[in-house]
Amino acid sequence: MQNTKESQPFVKIRGLHFSRGARKIFDGIDIDIERGKVTAIMGPSGTGKTTLLKLITRQIRPDSGTIEIDGQLINTLSHSKLYELRMRMGMLFQSGALLTDITVFENVAYPIREHTDLQESMIRRLVLLKLEAVGLRGARDLMPNELSGGMARRVALARAMALDPEIVLYDEPFTGQDPISMGILVKLIRQLNDASRLTSILVSHDVAETCQIADRIYVISDGKVVERGTPDELHASESAAVKQFIHGLPDGPVGFHFPAPPLADDILAPAKP
Amino acid sequence: MILDQLQRLGQWGIAFFERLGRAHLLLLQMLSGTFGLLRRPSLLTAQLFNLGVLSVLIITVSGLFVGMVLALQGYYVLADFGAEESLGATVAASLIRELGPVVTGLLFAGRAGSALTAEIGLMKATEQFSGLEMMAVDPVKRILTPRLIAGLISVPLLASMFSAIGVLGGSFIGVGLQGVDEGAFWSHMQSTIDLQKDIYNSLIKSFIFGFACTWIALFQGYDCVPTSEGVSRATTRTVVHSALAVLGLDFMLTAVMYGS
Repeated sequence: MQNTKESQPFVKIRGLHFSRGARKIFDGIDIDIERGKVTAIMGPSGTGKTTLLKLITRQIRPDSGTIEIDGQLINTLSHSKLYELRMRMGMLFQSGALLTDITVFENVAYPIREHTDLQESMIRRLVLLKLEAVGLRGARDLMPNELSGGMARRVALARAMALDPEIVLYDEPFTGQDPISMGILVKLIRQLNDASRLTSILVSHDVAETCQIADRIYVISDGKVVERGTPDELHASESAAVKQFIHGLPDGPVGFHFPAPPLADDILAPAKP
Repeated sequence: MILDQLQRLGQWGIAFFERLGRAHLLLLQMLSGTFGLLRRPSLLTAQLFNLGVLSVLIITVSGLFVGMVLALQGYYVLADFGAEESLGATVAASLIRELGPVVTGLLFAGRAGSALTAEIGLMKATEQFSGLEMMAVDPVKRILTPRLIAGLISVPLLASMFSAIGVLGGSFIGVGLQGVDEGAFWSHMQSTIDLQKDIYNSLIKSFIFGFACTWIALFQGYDCVPTSEGVSRATTRTVVHSALAVLGLDFMLTAVMYGS
C-alpha cells in the first residue's frame, strides 16, 4: 500500500478549468508533480502560473476539474483538513509576503511558534539555521522594510522551510535577484529538494536557471499545456510556441500584445466623451 | 431608459446585500475565534494597547474640553434662572448619557478605526493574509478577532474616561472659575445620576458603538480592493459609516433607554 502511494504523483491535476470573468485562464489542463522531483511550470507572463499555485493550495477554487495532493482531493477538503495539509506545504510568494510589523527573525520563527510548543532556545537555533541557509543570519534583527526585494524573498524562503515541509511551491523565485544570489538560490532550491527529500514546484519564466535545476518542465500557453518533458526534451521540442519561449523569439504563436482590435481601427476610432 | 435605471437599482441592491452578507459572515468567523483567544491573551493585550491605550490622549484631552465648554454654556443658561447649583448634574448627565459614548465612538472611529482599516487593507494588498493562510494560520482568527475584542473592551473604558475627565473639566470651570458652590455642584450630581439609568446605559451604549465601529473598520479593511486607491476609499468609508452608525444607533438606543 505504501509503495503504491509512493509511486503516485504528489500532486495530480486533472481537467482543470478556471476563468477570470470572460477570460479563460486554464482550459482543461492535466499535470502530474512527481515526488522528490523539481517540477517547473513555465510560460509567458499572464498565462496563469501564479494562479495555478493558488489553485493547488486552494487559495482559490477551480471552475471544474480535480486537484489531488498526496491522495487527498483538495476541492472538497474541510477547513481543518486543508490547514493540516498546508502545514506540510511551504510557499514562497513573489512578493515575499513577510509580516511587516515584526523582524526577520520573528518572521521565520512565526510558523514554528504558531504550530509547535518548542522552547525558545530551540526556536532560536532553528531560525538561525534556516537564516544561515539563505545567507541572512546577520539580517535577523532587520525589519522587512529594510530589506531589498531579493533579500525579502530569501527570508520568505527561510520561513517557507521553517516547518520542514514535504512540498515547496516557488513563485518566481529568481525575479529581482542579483547574479550571485541567483546562482546561490538555484543551487539552494536543488539542494533543499535533494537533501530534505522534498517535492518542489517552481513557477518561473527564467529559462536558463529553471532548466539547470528542473527534473521536469511543463510549458503552459493559452490555457493549455503545450509541452512537457525534461529540459533536454524541451530544447529538442518541435513545438513553435515552446521554441519561441525557450529562445525568447519575438515572432511566433505566442503574442506579445494583450488581445486588442487592430491598431489603425483603435487609433482612428472617436474618443469616448 | 427606465429599464436601465431599474437594472442599475437592482444591481446596486444585489451588491449591497451581498456586502452585508459578507460582513455578517466575517463577524461570525471573528466571533468563532474568541475561545482560541483565551488561550493566547498576549494577542489581545497587544491590541488593547494599540486601540485603547494609544487612544487615551485624544479621548482625555477631548473630554476635558467638552466638559469645560458644557460647564461654561450650562452656567450662562442656569445662572439666568438662579439654578447654577444644578451645573454639576447638568454637565454629568450630558456627558454620561450622550456625549461620553457618542464623542468617544466618533473619535475612536477617526483614530483607531481608520488605522485598523488601513492596516488590514495593506496586509491584504501585500499578500500577508495569503502568507498566513499558507502557514496554516487563519488570518481572521489570528489578526481580526483580537482587534474586534480589543475594540469591544476599549471603547466603554475610553468613554468612561471621557465622561470622568469631562466632569473634572466642568468642575474646574464651574467651581474654580465661575464660583459655583463646590458642595452643591457635587451633591446635585450625586443625587441626579442614577447607576442603572445613567452609568449602565452609558456603558451599554459605548459597548455597542465600540462593536459597530470595530466591525465596520475590520470589514472595510478585509473587503477592500487590494490597491492603494482601494485602501484609501475603504479608510474613508470606515470613518463615514462609523460616524453614521454611531449617531443613528445613539438615537435608537436613547429612544429605547429613556423613552417612556
